[in-house]
Amino acid sequence: MDQAVVAKDIKRSDLLEMYYYLRLTRSLEDRITALYRQGRIVGGVYTSHGMEAIAVGYASALNPDDVIAPFHRDMGAFLVRGFTPGEVIAQYLGKQGGPTKGKDGNVHMGDLKRGMIGFVSHLADNMPVAAGAALAFKIRKESRVAFAGTGDGGTSRGDFHEAMNLASVRKLPVVFFCTNNQYAYSTPLRYQMAITDVVERAKAYGMPGEIVDGNDVADVYLACRRAIAKARAGEGPTFLEFKTMRMHGHSEHDAAKYVPRELLNAWQCKDPIICAEQLLSRLGYGDESYFHEVLERTKKEVDIGMEFAEQSPLPEGRETLVGVFATDDEVSP
Amino acid sequence: MTTATLAQEVTYIDAISQALDEEMSRDERVFLMGEDIGAYGGAFKVTEGFLKKFGEWRVLDTPLSESGFVGAAIGAAMMGLRPVVEMQFADFISCAFDQITEVAAKNHYRWGAAVPLVIRAPFGGGVHGGPFHSECPEGWFFHSPGLKIVAPSTPYDAKGLLKAAIRDPNPVLYFEHKFLYRRIKATLPQEDFIVPIGKADIKRSGGDISVITYGAMVHLALEAAELLSKEGIDLEVVDLRTLIPLDKETIYASVRKTSKVILLHEDNKTGGIGAEISALLAEDCFDCLDGPILRIAPPDTPVPFSTPLEEFFLPKVSDIVAGAKKLAVY
Ligand SMILES: Cc1ncc(C[n+]2csc(CCOP(=O)(O)OP(=O)(O)O)c2C)c(N)n1
Repeated sequence: MDQAVVAKDIKRSDLLEMYYYLRLTRSLEDRITALYRQGRIVGGVYTSHGMEAIAVGYASALNPDDVIAPFHRDMGAFLVRGFTPGEVIAQYLGKQGGPTKGKDGNVHMGDLKRGMIGFVSHLADNMPVAAGAALAFKIRKESRVAFAGTGDGGTSRGDFHEAMNLASVRKLPVVFFCTNNQYAYSTPLRYQMAITDVVERAKAYGMPGEIVDGNDVADVYLACRRAIAKARAGEGPTFLEFKTMRMHGHSEHDAAKYVPRELLNAWQCKDPIICAEQLLSRLGYGDESYFHEVLERTKKEVDIGMEFAEQSPLPEGRETLVGVFATDDEVSP
Repeated sequence: MTTATLAQEVTYIDAISQALDEEMSRDERVFLMGEDIGAYGGAFKVTEGFLKKFGEWRVLDTPLSESGFVGAAIGAAMMGLRPVVEMQFADFISCAFDQITEVAAKNHYRWGAAVPLVIRAPFGGGVHGGPFHSECPEGWFFHSPGLKIVAPSTPYDAKGLLKAAIRDPNPVLYFEHKFLYRRIKATLPQEDFIVPIGKADIKRSGGDISVITYGAMVHLALEAAELLSKEGIDLEVVDLRTLIPLDKETIYASVRKTSKVILLHEDNKTGGIGAEISALLAEDCFDCLDGPILRIAPPDTPVPFSTPLEEFFLPKVSDIVAGAKKLAVY
């Protein structure tokens, strides 16, 4: 991203904060991956490694009362919204201290008080849900926006298309995105769809779309800010395609032998943290010692989180029976 | 004149419209979504005149997109609104199956988000609708924890249960029987009332055999009871009204009284609600049963179109009479 544009359009403190969240996401997911390798985590671990700029960028561009229906590789959005590393690790370990108290695992967490809609495995299911949140904002004439996305694979599902259509017909204040990381599990984009840019899909719904460099946090942030401002102004939904690359396997169990090594090597030098550091250096906002300090700080926060998660108790078996139905006082105001 | 004499008889479908109208007037969070419900007033005219009265953002015509608009209703519910979704026919609910069972049903259990949502689904046969306009899909959802399911048989229950469903903090599937829409009438109280979810109702008290049923079949059971009373067999008709959560207390009390049971429903037999209640009775009331548990339900086929086929398919009064006579000898 052109540094003059960044200097003009993004506050220095905001950019530095985004850098911090990129680092925190990486430090946290590296720890979770390590725990997985030690056999401490049952179930899958899907990381955002190499794609951290997307969730950090969009979550930073939203207002605190906007709602997010995250994609399954959006750890950064949870962190920006105030989920602590301790809560997240507790979630992965199935502990009481996780946001779902052990009822669900890994990135399947949510909290309406922090504007995070809980992720549903069934890809793209939360896109109509986000359109509905936006519908509620529109009905109530609230100046709020919903933000929701899925992967390139997820855009093949009907719910993606039903959500895009519904939102566009009613000009709902929602921004949809696709994290196009080239693969859906082992399926390359060419077997997923007969187009090369996912953004083409938006045309069918009369929805404006934009291709964004998903590895450049400044580009993500500014594109999101534009789309969010339009939605807030009543100009309807926008579709953003974040181009990026899935640098790990689908889940940590997957060595991803089906991905050509040259492709990974080519993307390695576009790592979003490296890109952010280059940008910060060029702008004179940070240097090596600063980057090192942030890295150490985030590692420390993850250590503290690890302690919290270790100490958090496992749920009692009989808590299985709690919570199938809601009570009146639990309905959102 | 007293208010009672002013009260007019209303049909089952009018009772549904009244419930919607009153709840929308009472609570501005309540709004409607569905296909052709606005200017057209809905395929069955349940929401005729609503667009004019409440405006297009509370009577929202949607694209033909069941999964999309059920998903959107879930989102709106989580933001604090009280959406009531209309399926044009219950059969099309299968397109929204995933949103209902995976999102609406599980959100509270998984991460504590209440989803106060009602889905109205006009279901059932006897109207020559054929395989795609006659289905009773409640069985699919009966097996999904996190949903409530109701199926009223009278105008009173239709109104009271719909109001209760709208006020409930959970996703409620409201199965309204379209055969009953304009065929039955009743005078309803003028004042606000609800029928609590989770309470069955004894529609006819009797000492010999419990017929446990719901929806349009309640009326068949009542007809059979009249015929059988002349032959000295006294049926008790238990109208479940709510399928989830089942009112085990009322079911068990009736069975303990009569010791004989017929489970009657319009959904096909295998894996239906009758199968579940039969298992519950075997587990919890085995000691008081004096005969086999009998299920009367359609065969395991789609609902056929042609008149003789549909007549063959649907349970008949004569089936209940024959079943009761078989049980009476025990
Ligand atoms: C409806 C549905 N089908 C299958 C799966 C299993 N699954 C989980 S992630 C995934 C691939 C997703 O690909 P994409 O949307 O491109 O996101 P990515 O994981 O590549 O980031 C699959 C097939 C699922 N979660 N949901």
